[in-house]
Amino acid sequence: MVAKRIIPCLDVKEGRTVKGINFLSLQDVGDAVELGRMYARQGADELVYLDISATVEGRNTFTSLVERIASNINIPFTVGGGISTIEDAARLLDAGADKISINSAAVRNPQLIDEIASKYGSQFVVLAVDAKLIDGVWRITTHGGRQLTDKELFSWAREGQERGAGEILFTSMDHDGTRNGYPCDTFAALASELSIPIIASGGAGCVGDIADVLSKGKADAALAASIFHYGEITVEALKRELQKQNIKVRL
Amino acid sequence: MIAIVDYDTGNLRSVCNALDRIGAEYCVTDNHDIIKNADRVLLPGVGEASSAMQKLSERGLCDVIRGLKQPVLGICIGLQLMCRSSEEGNARCLGIFDAEVRRFTPSPADGVKVPHMGWNEIRNLQSPLFKGIDEGAFVYFVHSFAADVCGGTIATSCNGREFAAAINKDNFYGAQFHPEKSGAVGECILKNFIEL
Repeated sequence: MVAKRIIPCLDVKEGRTVKGINFLSLQDVGDAVELGRMYARQGADELVYLDISATVEGRNTFTSLVERIASNINIPFTVGGGISTIEDAARLLDAGADKISINSAAVRNPQLIDEIASKYGSQFVVLAVDAKLIDGVWRITTHGGRQLTDKELFSWAREGQERGAGEILFTSMDHDGTRNGYPCDTFAALASELSIPIIASGGAGCVGDIADVLSKGKADAALAASIFHYGEITVEALKRELQKQNIKVRL
Repeated sequence: MIAIVDYDTGNLRSVCNALDRIGAEYCVTDNHDIIKNADRVLLPGVGEASSAMQKLSERGLCDVIRGLKQPVLGICIGLQLMCRSSEEGNARCLGIFDAEVRRFTPSPADGVKVPHMGWNEIRNLQSPLFKGIDEGAFVYFVHSFAADVCGGTIATSCNGREFAAAINKDNFYGAQFHPEKSGAVGECILKNFIEL
């Protein structure tokens, strides 16, 4: 069976990573390539780079950064942030990204999933969904949880799969940033409905949370930022802990 | 010089980057003479099998590839195209490997997902292609279709069913996984291919 994946997520602004402490092993913690390489050496299974630049210049810088990442990193990586057209996707593919993640743009224009998947394959398209539990219904949100939409998590994820998404990256906006763990029951229900892999994001405070979402929550992968960037645990130490709990990981 | 066969199936860049990292010389080409005279030939690609076959055929590359004498490595769809046929688009393929390519059946309850995406173990390694690689080493896969285990199978893996992770016949090799994305293990396999 395929191993459960551990995926560090790096936020990039104007070409530099924005979170993180100074790792002793790194000269420049802001350098997205160097940080990504360190995670790859530690045993990260994939990397996600999210562009949070607000300017056109920032976007262009990001594209050249993606080229540098592709030349230097020998594991797969996904890029996301601000992708709203097939041209954006094509530019990042040409720069060497293995996958792109789309979120708000797909909510606005679901056809975008079909277009990108049919041109570049499902393996290239990660559908990121942010949802909030409101009156017992998981509602899809956009703009970092600030805008509620009329879409519901399960039907939207199914629609995404049918339109050609290769993976679902699900963040509960009720748990994101709380460090209190993931809504494992919801993850498990989603996993039983979908045939494509699910990546869990947002909420990990400790190893036990990640173990839970990969076992009870049946997620295929866990994405995390702060627990790695602030040096609380290395990717390798996390994977060793998961292995002790009989979760299959690549070591 | 390694010829990377260019038949317009998306991203050849990651293969080029990986060859750059191990210091190998290559060119990306659909020129018959360059391909025939290269020391090594790589057939990469992502995409759909029947349209990929169509593209090979439009460029007159089917017979060129079948006739190659130097080591040839098909990666992912490249392996599948070297099989007899594929369920994907009912494609008739190059027929170098005596194997059928079939879709995986998803079984969410057992954790079997389609696409089969991520790091999985390769076992029953039986080729100089895997020199220095341990049984059960992890490599990176992304695919929904896979070749059945057949006579020339030199590595197996499992996603709901056992499948051929690598195949060899004479000078032809196929890897269903992506050595160019499989970290140090993948780089070792690429180097082994160059040294075959």
